[in-house]
Amino acid sequence: MEITFQSLTFLIFSVVTLGAALMVVTTRNLFHAALYLMLSLFGVAGLFILLSAPLIAGFQVVVYIGAIAILIIFAIMLTPQVMQVVGVRNNQWMLSLGLAVFFFLMLVSVVSPFMDEVGVEDWSTDFKEDNPAAVPDDTLVDFGQSIVDSQRYLLPFEIASILLMAALIGAVLLVSPPNKAKAKRQPIYDARDEMEVQQGPSEQSAAGD
Amino acid sequence: MVPLWMYLVVAAGLFCIGMYGVLSRRNAVAILMSIELMLNAVNINLVAFWRYLTPERIGGQVFAAFVFVVAAAETAVGLALILMIYRRRQTVVVEDVDLLKW
Repeated sequence: MEITFQSLTFLIFSVVTLGAALMVVTTRNLFHAALYLMLSLFGVAGLFILLSAPLIAGFQVVVYIGAIAILIIFAIMLTPQVMQVVGVRNNQWMLSLGLAVFFFLMLVSVVSPFMDEVGVEDWSTDFKEDNPAAVPDDTLVDFGQSIVDSQRYLLPFEIASILLMAALIGAVLLVSPPNKAKAKRQPIYDARDEMEVQQGPSEQSAAGD
Repeated sequence: MVPLWMYLVVAAGLFCIGMYGVLSRRNAVAILMSIELMLNAVNINLVAFWRYLTPERIGGQVFAAFVFVVAAAETAVGLALILMIYRRRQTVVVEDVDLLKW
């Protein structure tokens, strides 16, 4: 196979993606794993560019790297004990490794019949590059129109917006401080609790003296 | 262009790495990150099939965009759940959260 610039770029991006993904699942430090996750997502964005889907690549950078990965980093920082978990893997990791490798081989063996269809007769020696039809120029316009066209993807679009809204409200409700209204209604217990908390350390220090 | 099966093999590798992470990590946040990897593998497949088989139809890209939406919702709710579990039980190790386990 003649190595073109495009195939070289593909090779670099896929190696970055897979290598960073391997680091994500094996690194002990969770913060480093989150940074490797960002690198892996960036590699996937590069693959999208190579697939001439720049809009999806932009989504990838903005939504995944800009929002989801940052959210994960926030979650890691808000749960301080997270970074010092003693064991990274559980006791079934050998089994899951074998399962993942088996599944990968199975997927590759399913993918390989496609090689005839994409124009590779003997992929070890004779390797032709694929030339799919060109992407239409108005892909972006078509994308934008298709999600607001009631004959095409308007309904999934609206359902997706409702789903996002529900997820937003649910996440805010879940992590909001518990029972703030109830605590305001019963100030006596709160004051008593605070007094106990304040007295606790001083008594201990007095006993220590 | 690079043939289609190369993209499929890369996506299969990414998916299996994510699957290994989901099955083997003990930390709930790490499991969420591995799920993100698996969703990305699916997205690569969707966009690759769109590019190579039906570039004149926009459906593949729209589907990939919806996967983004679902991934964002899933991450937000999942991290909120993890934060709440951490607040109550001071742990994020999934084996320690066995309240529903018989």
